[in-house]
Amino acid sequence: MAHTADADFKTRLQNWIPKLVLSPSIAMMLVFVYGFILFSVYLSFTDSRLLPSYGWVGLENYSKLWRLSHWEVSLKNMGIFAGLYIVICTSIGLGLAIFLDQKIRGEGLLRPIYLYPMALSFIVTGTAWKWFLDPGIGLENVMHTWGWESFEFNWIKDRNFAIYTVVLAAVWQTSGFVMAMFLAGLRGIDNEILKAAQMDGASNWNLYRRIIIPQLRPAFLSAFVILSHLAIKTFDLVIALTGGGPGRATELPATFMYSYTFTRNQMGIGAASATIMLMTIAAIMIPYLYSELREKR
Amino acid sequence: MSVASQDTAIRTGRVTRTLIYVVLILFALFYMLPLYVMVVNSVKPLSEITGGGMMNLPREFTLEPWFKAWSSAQIGVEPTGLSPYFWNSIKMVVPAVAISTVLGALNGYVLTKWRFKYDTIIFGLMLFACFIPFQIVLIPMARMLGLMGLAGTTWGLALVHVVYGIGFTTLYFRNYYAVFPTELIRAAQIDGAGFFQIFWRILLPSSGPIAVVSIIWQFTNIWNDFLFGASFAGADSQPMTVALNNLVQASHGVKEYNVHFAGAILAAMPTLLVYIVAGRYFVRGLMAGSVKG
Repeated sequence: MAHTADADFKTRLQNWIPKLVLSPSIAMMLVFVYGFILFSVYLSFTDSRLLPSYGWVGLENYSKLWRLSHWEVSLKNMGIFAGLYIVICTSIGLGLAIFLDQKIRGEGLLRPIYLYPMALSFIVTGTAWKWFLDPGIGLENVMHTWGWESFEFNWIKDRNFAIYTVVLAAVWQTSGFVMAMFLAGLRGIDNEILKAAQMDGASNWNLYRRIIIPQLRPAFLSAFVILSHLAIKTFDLVIALTGGGPGRATELPATFMYSYTFTRNQMGIGAASATIMLMTIAAIMIPYLYSELREKR
Repeated sequence: MSVASQDTAIRTGRVTRTLIYVVLILFALFYMLPLYVMVVNSVKPLSEITGGGMMNLPREFTLEPWFKAWSSAQIGVEPTGLSPYFWNSIKMVVPAVAISTVLGALNGYVLTKWRFKYDTIIFGLMLFACFIPFQIVLIPMARMLGLMGLAGTTWGLALVHVVYGIGFTTLYFRNYYAVFPTELIRAAQIDGAGFFQIFWRILLPSSGPIAVVSIIWQFTNIWNDFLFGASFAGADSQPMTVALNNLVQASHGVKEYNVHFAGAILAAMPTLLVYIVAGRYFVRGLMAGSVKG
């Protein structure tokens, strides 16, 4: 009897070990991710300013938030930035991938060149582009010394154009990555179908339009999800490149949240803006993750 | 990309091919431009830059900006250069990468080979945690680090990076172990091998490639992080990215662009080296984080 009880205990232990091993990660996730999310959402309904405080104010922070011109500017910038960033990255990524897929000599050299910016910190990227675009020492000044006296390029100092310099630097950093995603998709396409279509006299243009690009649907979807999620989280790049300026010309929701929470002591409003950011990302990520995990079963 | 074949059925004419090469090379120049600007300007005296020579090769070669960026430039209030912050980053990155990778491997093992009810939901929750905007956890995290006595310390930062990194490491190992033959595990179980024995003897020896992917991904992400560093680091635990930003944004005195560029390269060097040495694994990590593994 003692023997079987012992064996029993052993099998039961064996059944528990996997869950025990997983439990620290689950606990961390529940506390540091989901618990914290609940806490932040709760704070967005309170009168917290410099420190968290628990006086319930209902939706007051949200109504204040939507009346702030600062927030409006951030959202408008987000619209311009995300729209251009996603469209340009996808176009450049797809274009480069299609070109690289034409049995290019030196592909092994070009690919890493397109992709290396992805390994850099946004702070490094921001620093490099900040001084390159600076009219005083960068491109404009260089053109002047090269003899093109009337050349003007001061977008980074111009309220109406500064946001486009953020797009430029962000596209520089991630378009190579999008290229890699599309290239992987292109390399997975069955050549037999293409050959058959060629026999029927289809032109290259039609091959791409009718057969290849439609087959890249999953790559388009992944690119869209990754890029929109990166766009909403963009923070360091703006800090390093423009610091949100000139004025508020390049403020984004992420920089808005940071300054309201940590420098303006409006924690309730900061928490409300973070909640809105989270809901936006959740609206994109949850359906995507759900479909990915379901397909795997 | 591993099964990628270079073969394509598309045929192109000579003019089109020339055009394609021209476009590809122009884009290569575009991607190289900032790196060129950083490198060239980090080894010339300041006067050459302000004189409009940003695109030129240095007329007078000097390593002075590098020494200054490393050991004597003004960062915040102290003229320490970037070196102490470089070591701060190392001290934060090494434990954070090690711990998150080990946890990711164990989680991946459990989630594929010891499946239980609701395991997919738990994995889904972990995965979503990778993508949240971290603004939503900044306030409570600052409080929590204070309560734990870790506010403003390198250990506190390492903890933060472990917590928000295990989602990705778990994803990598889970997808990798998912295609590992479960029959081998069952056979070992019948032979009396326990949970850890199976992990140690059977799975771990073949986990090399995915461990490299996970380590590189974590290293790059944590080294490059700015938000957590700026939010939670104390004056003497700031990581490299925060220090570089302080150096570049400093409003006092002459703007020493050459020192800024040298500092930027110093901050980029570790991840760039990893990319040059193990780029293949870096790309695999990127892809696994976006497309199905």
